[in-house]
Amino acid sequence: MTTTTNRAEVALPSLATVYRTRGSVELKEFFRQRESVVFTLAFPVILLVVFGAVLKYDIGGGVTFTQYFMAGIIAAGILGASLQNMAISIATERSDGTLKSLVGTPMPKSAYFVGKIVQVLAVTVLIVAILLAVGVLAYGINLPSGSDWITFVWVAALGSAACTLLGIAVSSLAKNGRSASAMVTPIAIVLQFISGVFFQFSEIPAWMQTIASFFPLKWMAQGLRSVFLPHFLAAKEPAGTWELGRVAIVLGVWCIAGLLLCVATFRWQDRGTD
Amino acid sequence: MRGLVKRYGDFVAVDGLDLDIRRGEVFALLGPNGAGKTTTVEVCEGYRAPDAGRVRVLGEDPSDGSRRWKAQLGIVLQSGAGDSQLTCRELLQAQASYYPDPRDPDEVLALVGLTEKAKSRGKTLSGGQRRRLDVALGIVGRPTLLFLDEPTTGFDPEARRQFWSLIRSLRELGTTMLLTTHYLDEAEALADRVGVIARGRLVEVAVPSALGGRETAPAVVSWNEDGVRRSEATSTPTAFVRDLTRRFPGEVPDLAVARPTLEDVYLQMIGEPS
Repeated sequence: MTTTTNRAEVALPSLATVYRTRGSVELKEFFRQRESVVFTLAFPVILLVVFGAVLKYDIGGGVTFTQYFMAGIIAAGILGASLQNMAISIATERSDGTLKSLVGTPMPKSAYFVGKIVQVLAVTVLIVAILLAVGVLAYGINLPSGSDWITFVWVAALGSAACTLLGIAVSSLAKNGRSASAMVTPIAIVLQFISGVFFQFSEIPAWMQTIASFFPLKWMAQGLRSVFLPHFLAAKEPAGTWELGRVAIVLGVWCIAGLLLCVATFRWQDRGTD
Repeated sequence: MRGLVKRYGDFVAVDGLDLDIRRGEVFALLGPNGAGKTTTVEVCEGYRAPDAGRVRVLGEDPSDGSRRWKAQLGIVLQSGAGDSQLTCRELLQAQASYYPDPRDPDEVLALVGLTEKAKSRGKTLSGGQRRRLDVALGIVGRPTLLFLDEPTTGFDPEARRQFWSLIRSLRELGTTMLLTTHYLDEAEALADRVGVIARGRLVEVAVPSALGGRETAPAVVSWNEDGVRRSEATSTPTAFVRDLTRRFPGEVPDLAVARPTLEDVYLQMIGEPS
């Protein structure tokens, strides 16, 4: 050793450096795990292929069910990439000691969440792109046009943010990844059935519509229908319009509620250790 | 550390513990399972808040746990660092990026003997290899204080020897270490001082050779006389044996002189008070 450095004076790594590391770690963790790739990415695509091939009826005005389903399956894909993915992966990392180890390092805690957001963003963009490509190439889906793209982006972003925060919050309820999956998967499937993903929302009994309207998926799907369906079909919505203002408010409120739940419930260690 | 108390419900895990660890030393906390070793260490690491007492680690209260403070620590948890899809090298590179002045990941892999596993994913390692990876993750940040909670559990004898020489070389580099173990030979081989902990209390702190007054403890002389096994505890075994030889014409039948082993001393210390 020719020089002595005062360790206390060596600067901590910058936030940008650590954020980059976490982003790259989270992408590798996701894409190298076959279960998560199949479950989150391939499953909605398979559903689109199957539903698109089986249900070819006209929902009115020459619009195919597949065109309707496009909005729903994208909403469900976003739900899987955010809520289900976060709930399961964070519960797993909490129960296997990953989180506890991380919090013992000088990594800024925010970096963990930045990494997760990078992961959700990447998976969401990818799944939307794949669903659109399959829809257009295999089923002749009409892509949105003009300002519909703007609606598409904000509905997807706001819905994804709300569901990511909810997923992080829900992860704290589960004992481990497997129990998180057992808890969140049935809820997601039920929500998909009552929120107008698989069936036209107008055909769902009113009381189920009411239940669905408390959760973000219904509003995400509704916002995306405004993007993929011709405007005259707004008449089939419960309110007779797409209610984009209300979509923004409900998803925004879920973002705030999800954030508050995260702050209140997030634990870096397994239950019972403190 | 002064008067540390930690309770879980009605169970008192640590009951008024005082402990000082000097810079540069290897200190072993030795005790049976459930004695309070992990609780004590995890309070020092900032994972658990004490119910009473005052703890200072490197001049700071662990519950405050600033990034700069954590940058000087290395933590090897009993539970390990979790499963990962990342390779050993990637995990070390990521971990290194959280610290201001990390060691080279490849050098650390070599130090723990995982060079040929550099490209294997964390998930695929055997138990002993995974533990070595945990140690590697603990030292890559170039800690001045390293916590090792039962680091060699599950090691085969050769891996333990290798690990011991790693600890010795880290000690040469000036790393202070707090090690918990329930292996006597490990404490004896590695530690400058050993603290024996039982039922949440520190029973004794001493250099290994003096533990339990072992160096001055009476020796036990035993022999056969008139077909009966007899024994005598004496602080002057040489003189006692000299007397014995006068009572027997030839060899003293089955003569043995024994000092208490570390194990005898230890078992006596941790035993239920009679």
